[in-house]
Amino acid sequence: MESVGSIIIYVILALALVVFSIMAVTTRKILRAATYLLFTLFAAAGIYFQLDYEFLGAVQIAVYAGGIVVLFVFSILLTSKPGDNSEALSSKSRLTGLIAALAMLLVTGAALLSRCELFAARPEMQNPDMHLLGSVLMGTGEGQYLLPFEAVSVLLLACIIGGVVIARRR
Amino acid sequence: MEITAVFYLLPALIMFCAGVYGFITRRNMIAILISLELMLNAVDVFFVVFNRYLHPGQLEGMFFTLFAIAIAAAETALAIAIIINIFRATKNVDVRGLNEMKF
Repeated sequence: MESVGSIIIYVILALALVVFSIMAVTTRKILRAATYLLFTLFAAAGIYFQLDYEFLGAVQIAVYAGGIVVLFVFSILLTSKPGDNSEALSSKSRLTGLIAALAMLLVTGAALLSRCELFAARPEMQNPDMHLLGSVLMGTGEGQYLLPFEAVSVLLLACIIGGVVIARRR
Repeated sequence: MEITAVFYLLPALIMFCAGVYGFITRRNMIAILISLELMLNAVDVFFVVFNRYLHPGQLEGMFFTLFAIAIAAAETALAIAIIINIFRATKNVDVRGLNEMKF
């Protein structure tokens, strides 16, 4: 049995997730789309907090909301004038998009709703503390993630070099 | 009322479908990238919810999400570098105007 407060917070987060993600893909001003994306990412971070993954929610806010959305806003302001409307969609492309999205929604939704184990109550869990997270991230044993961690560090280095090489002025 | 896994999965599914819709209908490259971020984030929420409800006490879903966030950041930075480079060459970020590989 959930408390009334957590149900209210859940309803707010779920509504924000749905409404802002739909607005992000339907608004015609590109800067507004980036802002709605920011709100959607905050709602996802709130869901992580509500599911007891505090570290993940903090990473989501720091990397996505603090880093990626700022990149988006910079590149939008570099490539288009603020206040520009994108041109109206043709009904054909809108129909194609709606059919693809609704077909995906129906098929996946039916698959999700047919699984009875997804209707079970939330099991008890100890919040993963920083000691546990650190040892899992830095260990080499079973279920530990040192190799992917190092691979991601090489990937980020390659990404930095690639970004500088691609975007520099020739 | 009990909040079960489906209550979190359905909003994330709608978010993914909104991303699919935007990816197909948008013409601005940055808007397409925003739709892509929506889809990536919906999948992150899926990972976390499955981890929390079906395998509590394990951390696989959480670490997948952690690495997915890191890789999404790298991917976005590179994609925006490419978009700015294209904009510098052609003065346009509309995918319909980009039908040549070399400028």
